[in-house]
Amino acid sequence: MIAFSILKRLAMAAITLFGVAVIVFVLLRVVPGDPIAMMISPGASPESIAALRAQYGLDASLPMQFLVWLKAVATGDFGTSISLRRDVLGLLAERLPATLELAFAALVLAILLGGAVAVAGTLLRRTPGEPVLDTINGLFLAVPDFVWALALVLLLGVAFPVFPLSGRIDPVHQVDFATPFYLLESLLRLRFSTAADIAAHMVMPVLALGLPLAAIIARVLKGALMEAMVQDYILLARLKGMSSLRLVLQEALRNAIGPTIALTGVQFTFLIGGTVIVERIFAYPGIGNMAIDAVINRDLPLIQGLVLAFGALFILINLLVDMLVVAFNPRLRHG
Amino acid sequence: MMFSRRQALGLGAAAFLTGVFSGRNLVSAAEAGTLTIAYNVNLPSFDPTVGPSAVNPTIQAIYRSIFDQYVGQGPDLSFQPGLLTDWGWNEDKTKLWMDVREGVTWHDGSPFTPEDVVWSLTRAADEKTGNPAQFVWSTAGNYKIDGKRITGDVLRFEPTFFKWAAFLTGYVMPKAYYEKVGAEGFEKKPIGTGPYMVDAYEGNAFLRLKANPNYYGGKPAFDTVVFKFVPDGTSRVAELESGSSDITLEIPYDEFDRLKGTAGFAGVATPISDIGMLFINNIEVMLDKNVRLAAHHAIDKDAIVKRLLRGYGVPIDTLETPEYLAYDPSIKVGYDPEKAKSLLAASGYSPDKPAKFKIQTTRGLKPKDYEMVQAIVGMWRKVGIEAEIEVYEIAKHYELRAADQLAPAAFYNWGNAIGDPTTSTGFAMFGPSPHSVWNTDDLDNMIIPLWGEKDEDKRIAGWKAVSKYIAEQGYVIPLLQYAQPILYKSTLKVTPNVSGALQPTLVSPG
Repeated sequence: MIAFSILKRLAMAAITLFGVAVIVFVLLRVVPGDPIAMMISPGASPESIAALRAQYGLDASLPMQFLVWLKAVATGDFGTSISLRRDVLGLLAERLPATLELAFAALVLAILLGGAVAVAGTLLRRTPGEPVLDTINGLFLAVPDFVWALALVLLLGVAFPVFPLSGRIDPVHQVDFATPFYLLESLLRLRFSTAADIAAHMVMPVLALGLPLAAIIARVLKGALMEAMVQDYILLARLKGMSSLRLVLQEALRNAIGPTIALTGVQFTFLIGGTVIVERIFAYPGIGNMAIDAVINRDLPLIQGLVLAFGALFILINLLVDMLVVAFNPRLRHG
Repeated sequence: MMFSRRQALGLGAAAFLTGVFSGRNLVSAAEAGTLTIAYNVNLPSFDPTVGPSAVNPTIQAIYRSIFDQYVGQGPDLSFQPGLLTDWGWNEDKTKLWMDVREGVTWHDGSPFTPEDVVWSLTRAADEKTGNPAQFVWSTAGNYKIDGKRITGDVLRFEPTFFKWAAFLTGYVMPKAYYEKVGAEGFEKKPIGTGPYMVDAYEGNAFLRLKANPNYYGGKPAFDTVVFKFVPDGTSRVAELESGSSDITLEIPYDEFDRLKGTAGFAGVATPISDIGMLFINNIEVMLDKNVRLAAHHAIDKDAIVKRLLRGYGVPIDTLETPEYLAYDPSIKVGYDPEKAKSLLAASGYSPDKPAKFKIQTTRGLKPKDYEMVQAIVGMWRKVGIEAEIEVYEIAKHYELRAADQLAPAAFYNWGNAIGDPTTSTGFAMFGPSPHSVWNTDDLDNMIIPLWGEKDEDKRIAGWKAVSKYIAEQGYVIPLLQYAQPILYKSTLKVTPNVSGALQPTLVSPG
């Protein structure tokens, strides 16, 4: 039953990706900005402009361009980036891990921080500490990731220069990684000083991405915990002499976590979207930063590849979230 | 001694965090012998002769660090020996010759030869390789090598051939190495003959170069140069303020003013070969000479430079700046709102019955571009011109310009690092050029004979006459020459480059 459900979701994912491919292809051809117009040299003749257009396959009709592109994508050929002059799939494989490491670190931070604030808020309910915590959380909720990024640049980059401002690794390090997962690989190869340097470079972007999500998690989880705390089974557990902290962590949390997981999944996709600006501000070499350059340069093959990568990532995250929700809620396994 | 799982995890975490917070100062100033540049653009490709990045003026500083050009260029735009020590044409300009520098080696230790030069020129002239300046390189061919001298046939005389040898795509590539590793291999491990060798590259993050000990011009001042790619202006300022970088460029003028006088920092803002201008399209009311000239006379360029750019800029009246070869200081189009009003009145326009058209501009592409256009529209309103502002992206500008569909007025910036009139006035104003906007026979007929003019004095005089005619007719509105702000640690000595290329070789320990 579960296997069938997963297969059904995978089939839906393929259809969704196809839809994304169609939309992005059409949109890119409709929005202003001809990539060839940006490459024309001053003395170019109409013939050489036409040759340039043909070289990038932009001389055929739109349906034909789409078919050629789709056929190539189906065989794993995402084309060659116009601006970077490298195959798009290779670029994605190189840069996506940087974004994934950043995004997952931000997610872990958000879950830990948001969870802790939610538990603290629940424990402090009906005390003077509750509105204080709610107000602080509200402030964190109101500040978007890019504002956090700029504030962190000024605070931890300039005023108290503790963390590096830009990049993924200090240029003094040898970039001789076997995989593009620098942090993971450094830890696995026990290169702790390199791992520490990579982690230090991640601190500010992770904070910028993770703090708004932490505030959302805190608010939603606290609401669910408060609801759970007035249920009969909690009352029973309390009568058995269980401490407040154990009540929240062992009894209420298990029942309250379902909606939070679903919401975190949705918000995580927004967090990945937020990497575009945050990576730019911190000059972090992920796909978000690369996406901005691709758009500025009207690098159509790269933009198409990036959007498909983002689309696939969002679909995968939603699939995982659905599975997690089912795992945490046995009632949904047979529904 | 035994540890519980919890203790072991705790110790591991503590060790990791200790690594993050200590061991070295993460944001300390650059090490001795290292120059760290917070650079404003990313490096998309290492091949300086093909693709869009080859014609990106900002990237040339990086290319010039790794590669050498056929002809060198000083910071004042003057030409000097590069990998060619001497060059020229024969008397009737049917042949060209070049003397190749001896004793130069590639970064892999192999000798640089005249074959490299001929191969590079031939490759650049081949349309299939995608060299954006192929139209220049294809004007010569049939090269022959005799010792260190190369001779070739002039297929079509191009007066700027050797100037392009110091300009975009004018780089010598390693024949044997490139043929061995191919385009992809070259991107992974590029070599040149330049003062610095590629040591490490992290796309969108940094490029680390190390000094070429065998450089023919002597060992460079720094052992290591790091280009950090930081496209966000605020982050670049922060890089310098935090001590993470030693030098940066293209930061907001107010930040430049704030920091250049503070302890530990110094700054220089030199006019560079990049101008702001308004393209005029020969459509609608712009077909009326009175409207065009009135639009020009109504603009107070001094006020724009002083108030919007904090004085960092030079007002100009032609597309030639004072550093360019065909600059003519006698051509003036003064700020004269009364004259603008009378010109408009002659065509039946007034503040109550204004001439109306659209003006297009980018917003944030160049310093205060949108604000400049806003100010201009305000000045125009006072004399009887009502312009509607349309903001677009630069990609849209290129698309509209290539299709000759720009609005009657459009803001743009134009660079010309070799200072020749063909690469400024020529390509910007010659109708058939894909980059021109004004397109009329009178002007084209003046320009056509100049493209292949063999008498240099006559050629320059001809371009000056073209500039004068353009000013008289109001076919374009030049606004100002930009100044490039460079902020750096006061321990450094920086020689500003009029071409705008912040080359590490122009920086030295103070």
